[in-house]
Amino acid sequence: MNVQVAALLGQDGLTNGAIYALLSLSILLVFTVTRILLIPLGEFVTFGALTMAAIQTGKPLALEWLLATLMLIDIALDVYSRRDRTVSRKQYQMIALKAAYLAVVLFVTQTFTLSELPMLAQSILTLCLIVPMGPIMYRLFFQPLADAAPLVLLIVSIAVHVAMVGIGLLLFGPEGGHTKPFSNSMLQISNIFIKSQALWVIFSALFLILALFFAFERTLYGKALRAAAVNQVGARLLGISPVFAGKATFALAAFIGCASGILIAPITTLYYDSGFVISLKGFVGAIIGGLASYPIAAFGAVVVGLIEAFSMFWASSYKEIIVFTLIIPFLIWRSMKASHVEDE
Amino acid sequence: MNQSQTAHHVAPETLLDVNNLHVSYGKVEALSDIQLSLKEGQLVTVIGPNGAGKSTLLSAIMGLLPSTGDILFDGEHYTSPEIETLVGRGLGLVPEKRELFNTMSVQDNLLLGAFQRYRRGDKSYLQSLDEIYELFPRLQERSKQQAGTLSGGERQMLAIGRAMMGKPRLLMLDEPSLGLAPLITREIFRIFNDLRSKGVSILLVEQNARAALNVADYAYVLEGGKITIHGVASDLANDSRVIDAYLGLASKHQDILSN
Repeated sequence: MNVQVAALLGQDGLTNGAIYALLSLSILLVFTVTRILLIPLGEFVTFGALTMAAIQTGKPLALEWLLATLMLIDIALDVYSRRDRTVSRKQYQMIALKAAYLAVVLFVTQTFTLSELPMLAQSILTLCLIVPMGPIMYRLFFQPLADAAPLVLLIVSIAVHVAMVGIGLLLFGPEGGHTKPFSNSMLQISNIFIKSQALWVIFSALFLILALFFAFERTLYGKALRAAAVNQVGARLLGISPVFAGKATFALAAFIGCASGILIAPITTLYYDSGFVISLKGFVGAIIGGLASYPIAAFGAVVVGLIEAFSMFWASSYKEIIVFTLIIPFLIWRSMKASHVEDE
Repeated sequence: MNQSQTAHHVAPETLLDVNNLHVSYGKVEALSDIQLSLKEGQLVTVIGPNGAGKSTLLSAIMGLLPSTGDILFDGEHYTSPEIETLVGRGLGLVPEKRELFNTMSVQDNLLLGAFQRYRRGDKSYLQSLDEIYELFPRLQERSKQQAGTLSGGERQMLAIGRAMMGKPRLLMLDEPSLGLAPLITREIFRIFNDLRSKGVSILLVEQNARAALNVADYAYVLEGGKITIHGVASDLANDSRVIDAYLGLASKHQDILSN
């Protein structure tokens, strides 16, 4: 291996690692707040990437009808759950707002020639189509059993994942999707080439991580989510409802998943079922962080990306095995040093 | 603040009225047919032995536990209320276990107490923070420290301060003196008087009966899930049944400490 190859692999590793870091943070966030291991996170990645690809190739979007169905069910539930209570003006406004949102999104997808829009607009549209599915997913599948044991939540999570993979096949077909890079240029430092798309991914991921950090350290809404993770009873006593916390974390996870998908779509070809392995690598990062520490999880995820890239060079057919074997020593180390703290 | 005080003097309004409240844990009835009411600006105490259902009573009123019966708070009737609704309407609970956010700073704990106000767009919550720091200077000294590192008394102050940040109209406190040194207990009870003079109504559950009867306007005795005696607090303090069961000679030290 020479310097050029190492630089190339390192670049790939860091790019993928940055994505895994984002995913590991959202897995961790969802888990600490709701005790749900978000297996379907990977589907947000593939849905994001494949929707972008469909928009760019000018294929008719099928995803908007999934969003429309989900949002209509959500609105119907809103109306139904309030049938015998006095409905405040705020709740009516909320329902009207949801309906208006749906109408605007459908109007945009139906009237514009989406493939001719600038890439930024395409990305925003993709996010607008996918992110609302996060909170609706929480509401439909997890909110009714919020008090269930983590194992039950995990089973439901797997079921949702399987269903979403199936829906993905239905919506996007079995072909892989690939999008245009944000920019095509190459950066040259002496004799090392750096793809500008890699820089896009790394800096976007870094920006998102910093934004998350800022949101959780500085804003009261972020602190409220942390509080819900630390002590749910205490949070409820202050009016921070678990439903609000659950929906907010799912919205964040959907956003991060979808954004990751948009970022890597120009680099790798994604298929309807590629999401699982990608989110599993984020999960390895989260495990390294003990499902508790955000910085260690992010760092661990970057290491996973690097190990994956270099094992691809040395033993490419074993690359997945090497990455997932990595989890074993960490599990052993974690269980040896774990002091079992009682739940509060 | 002044308004609620004048209201108190002219015609005190019923802020909380609990009727026919029942709570069961499975088949075991923990509370039966509870009737309790509290007027604006009052400090009402519920005393009773261990396991009488005092904490259960507060949890049920707050909506932490499912219950049957009617709860009237601030002019609205609820049956097994939703906790978030009541918090939004101005009910605060300082639970026995405090339920602080241990890994977050003291200041963050306090700020989160104002979460509902912040959500409603009430910008005056930072001013409340200064008021809390004025009331509990110890908390200001430790504002950057993690809540988990505080001493028992400081944790209690933080729990009370956090609930106060929501500007509750009625503050319910569950065993605020539990596990605290006598002198700190005394300070905490003095703060209840302060709060009342600021127009906050208080429902206080206590084992430290003498101290509670000393500060309260009205008192209920809860035994085996039922209200057995109730009356004006000063009358109850001289009631022979209460003296025998809860005050007695053995608890004279409480008298000294609560003055």
